[in-house]
Amino acid sequence: MDFAFMRDAFLTLIGGVPLTLNLAFMSVGLGAVLALLLALMRISGVRVLDWPAQAYVFVFRGTPLLVQIFLIYYGLGQFRPALQEWGLWAFFREPYWCAVFALTLNTAAYASEIMRGGLQSVPYNQVEAARACGMSGFLLFRRVVFPIALRQALPAYGSELILMVKATSLASIITMMEVTGLAAKLISQTFRAVEVFIVAGLIYLILNFIITRIIMAIEWWLSPHLRRPPAVEPRLEAAHV
Amino acid sequence: MQQLSYFELVGFGPNGWGWALLTAAGMTIAVALCGFLAGSIVGTLVAWGKIGGNLVIRSLADGYTTVLRGIPDLLVIYLFYFGGSAALGAIGSLFGADGFIGVPAFATGAMAIGIVSGAYQAEVFRGAYQVVNRGEIEAARSVGMHRWLMFRRIIAPQVLRYAIPGLGNTWQLVLKESALISVTGLVELLRQSHIAAGSTRRPFDFYLTAAVLYLLITWVSTYLFQRAESHSLRGMRRAS
Repeated sequence: MDFAFMRDAFLTLIGGVPLTLNLAFMSVGLGAVLALLLALMRISGVRVLDWPAQAYVFVFRGTPLLVQIFLIYYGLGQFRPALQEWGLWAFFREPYWCAVFALTLNTAAYASEIMRGGLQSVPYNQVEAARACGMSGFLLFRRVVFPIALRQALPAYGSELILMVKATSLASIITMMEVTGLAAKLISQTFRAVEVFIVAGLIYLILNFIITRIIMAIEWWLSPHLRRPPAVEPRLEAAHV
Repeated sequence: MQQLSYFELVGFGPNGWGWALLTAAGMTIAVALCGFLAGSIVGTLVAWGKIGGNLVIRSLADGYTTVLRGIPDLLVIYLFYFGGSAALGAIGSLFGADGFIGVPAFATGAMAIGIVSGAYQAEVFRGAYQVVNRGEIEAARSVGMHRWLMFRRIIAPQVLRYAIPGLGNTWQLVLKESALISVTGLVELLRQSHIAAGSTRRPFDFYLTAAVLYLLITWVSTYLFQRAESHSLRGMRRAS
């Protein structure tokens, strides 16, 4: 084991971390918006809204992400004249945007199911109580349903975020130089697969460890009602009453 | 040159890629299945280590599942692809052969899938084992069953029953992961579509076909796992 080489490899690969995180957070952020829309379509009870959302989730969860990336990056090239006409070619020509687009569509399918679970887990009493106070529509959703659903969905959303950090490695196949891309390049230059693998794996583990901790901290912060109340010193004068 | 219609392109005619795509889909299923079976052996051993091992074995098993589930699958595939041929080369040079020795892509792929899915399956098996009624194990002991007999007659059938839904999820993961094996050059569904797309300049048509075939495989296997699940529960009393 060559530690000097591993240190150099670490310094090389750490340069890919910003792009990895950029891709992951960008797609999870954009995907969340789409996912919320899909989840609302699923629970709306309107068939014309429910079916397309169901089909979307089935297709994007049933096909490999790499196929989706290829379909967007290489596949849309087939329609280049049309895309140029619509002014979209500048977007689909860039591997970065194609990767973000594919990852967003993919994570939205998974996240919509997580959000649906969260939204459906909101106790109906809460909704009734809010209605009794005169809330309805968007106000009810914003103040009561959404915060409770968010809290319920957070653990599953955390694992989805980890999955997305892992999934960004596929962007390396369409020339994005994030951690895995740099690792593959380094391996093919040096033929030291094991050392590079250990270093790259370590970087991903550290990233995922930090993300898990942050999610856990947010969970803790959002659930004060589940925590033991702070111990209160018994008042002495109470004994005299 | 006249533009071929979509159905001529992916059909079974003289200019069609139909047979090639179907063969490649078979290869996808084959490599996924081999990887999945390898993974269930690895998973069983690791789950055993997690349940019954001493402190060292248990922490090794925990480390294995944490690491393999925390790093991208693509890295593991690269490790096996590049690392495997380097290791073979080193062994080969001991016996006087020199130069680059390629590992068969199928073996690389199946091994990489096996190692990764083993980590997921270990968790599935461990979870399923914990559901098995302790009383049954005590009963088996009290009638004098030895460990192996008890494993075969009491533990394995019940663990498998409870593990079916989790195994179904893992199988779907494996199936989608098998698309990554295309980076090693194994001609499975995605690789074949890539080749066809390159030679006909119709990438969208071929990747779309690949996506449809993947969906078909997913759909059929979901159905089969549902059948297996209801078959395995035929003797159980339902709550509802």
